[in-house]
Amino acid sequence: MPPTSPGVTGEMILFIIFGAAAIATALVMVLQTNPVRSALFLVLNLFCVAVLYLLLNAWFLAAVQVLVYTGAIMVLFLFVIMLLNLGTPDREADRLRPQQPIAVLSGLVLALIIGGVVLSPLPNPSPTLRDDRLGTVEAIGRNLFDPAQPWLFPFEVTSILLLIAVIGSVVLAKRRL
Amino acid sequence: MPESQAVTAAAAAVPLSWYLMLSAVLFTIGVVGVLIKRNPIVIFMCIELMLNSVNVTFIAFARYLGDTGGLMFTIFVMAVAAAEVAVGLGILISIFRSRENINVDEINIMQG
Amino acid sequence: MPDQSTAVQAAQTATPLLHTYIPVLVLAILAVGLAAVMTILSWVLGPKKPTPQKLATYESGVVPIGSARERFPVKFYLIAMLFIIFDIETVFLYPWAVNYRHSGGLMIFNLVEMAVFVAILFVGYIYVWRKGAFEWD
Repeated sequence: MPPTSPGVTGEMILFIIFGAAAIATALVMVLQTNPVRSALFLVLNLFCVAVLYLLLNAWFLAAVQVLVYTGAIMVLFLFVIMLLNLGTPDREADRLRPQQPIAVLSGLVLALIIGGVVLSPLPNPSPTLRDDRLGTVEAIGRNLFDPAQPWLFPFEVTSILLLIAVIGSVVLAKRRL
Repeated sequence: MPESQAVTAAAAAVPLSWYLMLSAVLFTIGVVGVLIKRNPIVIFMCIELMLNSVNVTFIAFARYLGDTGGLMFTIFVMAVAAAEVAVGLGILISIFRSRENINVDEINIMQG
Repeated sequence: MPDQSTAVQAAQTATPLLHTYIPVLVLAILAVGLAAVMTILSWVLGPKKPTPQKLATYESGVVPIGSARERFPVKFYLIAMLFIIFDIETVFLYPWAVNYRHSGGLMIFNLVEMAVFVAILFVGYIYVWRKGAFEWD
């Protein structure tokens, strides 16, 4: 680590690099017509977001992001794209075409609204480091399984959610394609 | 690594609003993607993008407020996203099985 | 090696944890840079004299049959889906396991809560097993 001046820190540089990369890959993902390439750009985007998690000191969640999102969810997406063999869709008979300018416009409006809210003088907490060990596996586990905190019930309910997901997808997919 | 350097690095960290802006931009890209795409799998991917941008917000607040609630919530968001993807893609497979076509502008059987 | 781990612990408390990821960053830059440089160099320097034989898909010397865009069987979806679900289970198990030894008086409580979690997911596992989703044919 080179000696850091108070103005621009290594953290800031990394944020700018990976934040810009996240936005760029997200844009390419939406503008791609080939679903396989969209999926691969989303993988890149998720990696960039994982780096941002590291900058935010969420060590465990960055690893979970890479393992669960890029390692499992995107693989499932790619399998299903190849399963249904969707290739590149033909754009001629697109009934959603007239919707596109409206969509982009409403997206811009949404961006303006959210940006206005975000940039409005909200209590900007001082970015001094509180505790960079809040995001370690140990701290997460201590909080998640602490009966004094409200996370135990959601944790148990998650297992029912996952059970439903297993049964639902097996029922939906079991017949031969 | 001397202690003083860590303190300066902490004092000049990235402002919280930068993370919020980034998350807003990613969320908007996801919304526009949902609106303009007609391949439901890509629409699903755009929804994943939106979930992720919200997770960035959660984690940013968790760090800047020193509260682990955001981290916990992100874990649950990821679990819900995984379940949603598993069932959602299963539904797409079964729609495809009955229609051989899953473009969203042609699925209108629910319009009655 | 307890003395080594305490030394690491002491070093880590002095420096921000983020700095321990610098080797990962260097590795990532090296990996991406090496791959990019090799691809770009071979693209720039390599002679390009395409013939139909050269452009054909390489299938271990056999003449290619059909397109590579063939439909995957639905089993792949089932396998990937089951992987995701049990991956999420691991995400919850790992922080639990790291903390279990230090949970003190809550040891039985923590064991029971994780047992309930795993038991509910085990129902799904049995269901999938009985449905034959693990059988490849």
